Amino acid sequence: MNIVEPFAYGDSFVHRLDPRVKIITVSLFSIVVALTYELDILFVSAVTALVILATARLSIKKVFWRLVMVNGFILVLWLFLPFTMPGKPLFTLFGLEATVEGVDYAVLITIKSNTIVIACIALLSTCSVFKLVHALHYLYVPDKLVHIFFFTYRYIHVINLEYVRLTNAMKVRCFIPRNNLHTYKSLAYLIGMLILKSYERSRRIYNAMLCRGFKGKFYILERYEFHASDWLFGIISLLFIAGLVVIQWIPAKLL
Amino acid sequence: MHISEGVLSAPVLLTGAAITVVGCAVGLKKMDYDRIPQVALMSSTFFVASLIHVPIGPSSVHLLLNGVIGLLLGWAAFPAILVALTLQSILFQFGGITALGVNTVNVVVPALVCFYMFNYAIRRENTFISLGSAFACGFLAVFLTSIMVGISLVFTGEAFLEVSKLVVIAHFPVMIIEGIMTAFCVVFLKKVKPEILGVAHAPITSL
Repeated sequence: MNIVEPFAYGDSFVHRLDPRVKIITVSLFSIVVALTYELDILFVSAVTALVILATARLSIKKVFWRLVMVNGFILVLWLFLPFTMPGKPLFTLFGLEATVEGVDYAVLITIKSNTIVIACIALLSTCSVFKLVHALHYLYVPDKLVHIFFFTYRYIHVINLEYVRLTNAMKVRCFIPRNNLHTYKSLAYLIGMLILKSYERSRRIYNAMLCRGFKGKFYILERYEFHASDWLFGIISLLFIAGLVVIQWIPAKLL
Repeated sequence: MHISEGVLSAPVLLTGAAITVVGCAVGLKKMDYDRIPQVALMSSTFFVASLIHVPIGPSSVHLLLNGVIGLLLGWAAFPAILVALTLQSILFQFGGITALGVNTVNVVVPALVCFYMFNYAIRRENTFISLGSAFACGFLAVFLTSIMVGISLVFTGEAFLEVSKLVVIAHFPVMIIEGIMTAFCVVFLKKVKPEILGVAHAPITSL
């Protein structure tokens, strides 16, 4: 297993946007899409998300496989929802009756889910995690949480290497995972060993921090500047999202 | 056991987000600056460990490990899991921004319940009690998580009732595996580094 950021590096309009603008836009957009039940609005949102994805010029193959993996849960819903929603019968399968309402609902959820995931790939995954965490700092997320974020991401790779080293050692000793207690015991000890190593490492890190005069504050070196393109993208997307909200939730007679 | 984006209704999402905010505030408040590396490294350990394939029957499962997280971190599990899930959603797109609150609550609340139920029993000298409570801890954590996933779905719509039942039933094998692995893991930690199990409350000392 390798932990990589396949979409983070590139040279496109989306890649150059300020991470703060991206985070705010994606959050608002996801909330609106998650809460809407209008098919028209969803359709417009899905097309918009796809357009932004297209401007990021990512590898279509990689994006496609991401989407396939994410849709597992949705697939389970498709197996159940058409048959469990009460409503007009559509067709019968093995004595079970599928309803129009159920299929509609499943379609709705599928579009919603994929729209949000596409927007997240287009805007969040086109940014390195460190940049996103920096941006969270400037968006007033509590200091401690930001620090945990930094350390967690920094050490995922280190601990993954430890894990690879331990599993290699097990493979050298002819360990083959099977359905028996020995396997579960060995894997549990492996996890225990990882916990132990990370605990000891955390103490060494803390001591190293103390040596360098850590007083409970991290100094963020990176500064972000808003460029004209950030303002442009931010304002247009805010207007777009506001438009979706108005169409969805403000009744026609008030307009 | 992530619930995808766009499935849940507004009240469920809002409740999840609110509980996560409050829980994280408590967790961060209880956690001093000197414990940041510890909590963060545990968080990355669980991120890595949850990607391990454990064989079960003809297929394999991923572990959840929230029982062990609860035991080791206590309330600090809230920020630790929130960070791990956020990283998963950025790196793999499992779950996402709007469902983040609900997914965090579904994993952390069982972890905290297990922490309060088994924290003392696990550190007892008696091997039988310690082993039994470690198994119960791993089993119960996954059981409660699957129940909470089910509840989140049912509160969204009655039509999800059958799916919710399936979620709970499908996770029964996982519960048993988690129970067994948690028991072995606790035995291992007790043998090799006993103080790590009380670490959630111990003051930080230099080496």
